[in-house]
Amino acid sequence: MNGMTPIVKKVTQLIVGLIFLYGIYIITHGHLTPGGGFAGGAVVAGSFVLLVLAYGSNILKLKKREEGSSVVESLGILLFTVLAFAAIFIGTKVFFANYLPKGVIGELISAGVIPLYNIAVGIEVAAALFTIFLALVIYKEEVLK
Amino acid sequence: MEQLIPLYVILPLGAAFLIPVIGRFIKGFQKTITSLVFLFLLALSIKFILNGINEPLTYKIGGWEPVGNIPIAIYFVLDGLSIFMLCIVNLIAFLSGFYAISYIKKYTAENNFYALFSLMVAGMNGVILTGDLFNLFVFLEIAVIASYALVAFGIEKEELEASFKYQVLGGMASLLILFSIGLLYWNTKTLNIADIATLIKAGTYNKILIFSQLVLIAGFGLKAAIIPFHAWLPDAHSSAPSPISSMLSGVLIKAIGIYAIIRLFFNMFAISHEIALTLTTLGVLSMVIGSLLAIGQWDIKRLLAYSSISQVGYIIMGVGIGLLILTTNGNKAIAALSIFGGLFHLVNHAVFKGLLFLSAGAVEHRTGIRDLKKLGGLSSKMPVTSSSSLIASLAISGIPPFNGFFSKLVIIIAAIQAQYYWLAAIAIVISIITLAYFLKLQKYAFYGKANNKINNLKEVPFTMCFSMIVLAILCIGLSLLIIPGIREAVMEPAVNTLINKANYLLIL
Amino acid sequence: MIVYLLCFILFLVGLFGVLTKRNVIKIVIGLSVMEFSLFLFFALIGYIDKGIAPIIVQNIPNAKFVDPLPQAMVLTAIVIGLATNAMLLAIAIRLYKKYNTFDIRKINSLKG
Repeated sequence: MNGMTPIVKKVTQLIVGLIFLYGIYIITHGHLTPGGGFAGGAVVAGSFVLLVLAYGSNILKLKKREEGSSVVESLGILLFTVLAFAAIFIGTKVFFANYLPKGVIGELISAGVIPLYNIAVGIEVAAALFTIFLALVIYKEEVLK
Repeated sequence: MEQLIPLYVILPLGAAFLIPVIGRFIKGFQKTITSLVFLFLLALSIKFILNGINEPLTYKIGGWEPVGNIPIAIYFVLDGLSIFMLCIVNLIAFLSGFYAISYIKKYTAENNFYALFSLMVAGMNGVILTGDLFNLFVFLEIAVIASYALVAFGIEKEELEASFKYQVLGGMASLLILFSIGLLYWNTKTLNIADIATLIKAGTYNKILIFSQLVLIAGFGLKAAIIPFHAWLPDAHSSAPSPISSMLSGVLIKAIGIYAIIRLFFNMFAISHEIALTLTTLGVLSMVIGSLLAIGQWDIKRLLAYSSISQVGYIIMGVGIGLLILTTNGNKAIAALSIFGGLFHLVNHAVFKGLLFLSAGAVEHRTGIRDLKKLGGLSSKMPVTSSSSLIASLAISGIPPFNGFFSKLVIIIAAIQAQYYWLAAIAIVISIITLAYFLKLQKYAFYGKANNKINNLKEVPFTMCFSMIVLAILCIGLSLLIIPGIREAVMEPAVNTLINKANYLLIL
Repeated sequence: MIVYLLCFILFLVGLFGVLTKRNVIKIVIGLSVMEFSLFLFFALIGYIDKGIAPIIVQNIPNAKFVDPLPQAMVLTAIVIGLATNAMLLAIAIRLYKKYNTFDIRKINSLKG
């Protein structure tokens, strides 16, 4: 599909980096402020989707299947499973326990292993939403031909 | 041994997410890893049964100990009923996955099939193990969303329409279940099943609790395809690929429908006589209407799907008679016998309905036809398929010495001893009608005049034969469960956790 | 009390959409509105009178928080609702390609 008018393209060029940064802020401060993995992941996916919508899918040279984002999604969940599994070997030897030291309430590096879980979930949700969007775009192009 | 309990959920989930990553590079990786994972889980379940479960084993996720007698962790509970259901689920999953190795070759996206299949089994294992209400809802949704995608796997017209119908109805049922969980949380301020059981025991008649019970019957009844919530089942189970049909009809409607009903109603709520009467009536209606609708079907898999509704009605009737006896403070031995009959019929139905769907899939794999009027005379060319299908048809109709005879006999004897003579008479009549339509299936599909338009008929490949032969041997082997020695080891713990409510509260 | 009644009215609006509309996409939107009414019900359950948002900040003494457990349940349920909607829309698009119509009354090739 074709892209949009030059005004939209220019504004997107300026803004999409800020949206991405805002999404990363929501993900990493998930243990201090509302938000966390899922909400931040949705915002990050929103920035990618905005890019594809504004510039049109012709420029991206989309392949037949959405391979790269699907692999990133699976890697995100595998990271989560590895972190949860590592709890069996460290600390209290229970699956899914919180085994890193919990610091002072309100600092960025505190609350044990929860920020790492947030990052894994954020990567996974962003990749998953982008994969769904790409699947619908690629399918629409095949139908229209 | 308690440390091994979360493996039932972690291993299928890990397999489901490793397959898209590694399956691109290594051919055949997905088939070996799913077969190995399910074989390992089956061996683990059999080992747990042989060790014997005297009191429930619990595993608190994350290691959060109770604070001041209030449980705050998510519990995984392994007691007699859970290990019994886990055995069935993992057995049918292993055999269906093994069957699918040859069957899925005609579709293109093999990686996705095995990933979704493992995800569905992970969700079912989670529903059976969990001791927490909202966790039950989350695992239920994982299993059900994977099954939506699997029903629409070969992207033909009928499969997409069946999947859409299934999704809209299933989505509404999930919303009803979520609403009921919300009402329960509002009343008791806790989500742990055993904790709610202690709180409800202390209180008495409460209108919100009765409303939430009725909403739960509607929600889980749709997942278990009880009349009048059965409208999605004939389309979904006949349009899915055959290994998925056998999984859906054999274990999914039991693990997320019937198991959830009997766990919540026997172990959590304090049942009144009217709710037990409602459940038994719905069971009897399912039995009758499912059979009557199955007589006129000419499509193999649609006939088998309607027959599933009827047999699920048998299970619900058996369990419902036990519930009725418990609420009127009758003889506990008769209630135990009735629940034993219901659970025995559950495992029997998983085995022979799975076998019937697998053999129907074998017929479709070789001939490409599902209409009974166009088939015929296949027994000489496909001996394994036709003989295993004959064994399964005799078993489901209740012919001795196959397992279906013994489970139906126990249900009928329990109904007569509890003085519900009408229910016993209806069960016998429906059993005869079941024999009628299965004889029709056998005659038109396997015996009779051969259709000369079908050429190059051979037997199906080895993996499909292996699953069918194993299930046919189990059809005869499971009738050994009626012998008192083996019954004590396997079924008594399952029945005990339902009759004695105090057993479940030992986990707190 | 009136807030719960409004929640129920939103549920009925969604149910009306699922039952009477003919377009497949409108059925999906009706199902989505039903889900949202349930999320609203869950968030209302946890309200305690004169409570504040349940976030622990360093130097505010023991304040009365609203119940954070239903809020966590709603977050999980929103993710599940997203997966359900994505699945429904993917099937709806493929249904359009096979049947060439979005009218649910013409998509009835499975009978009996």
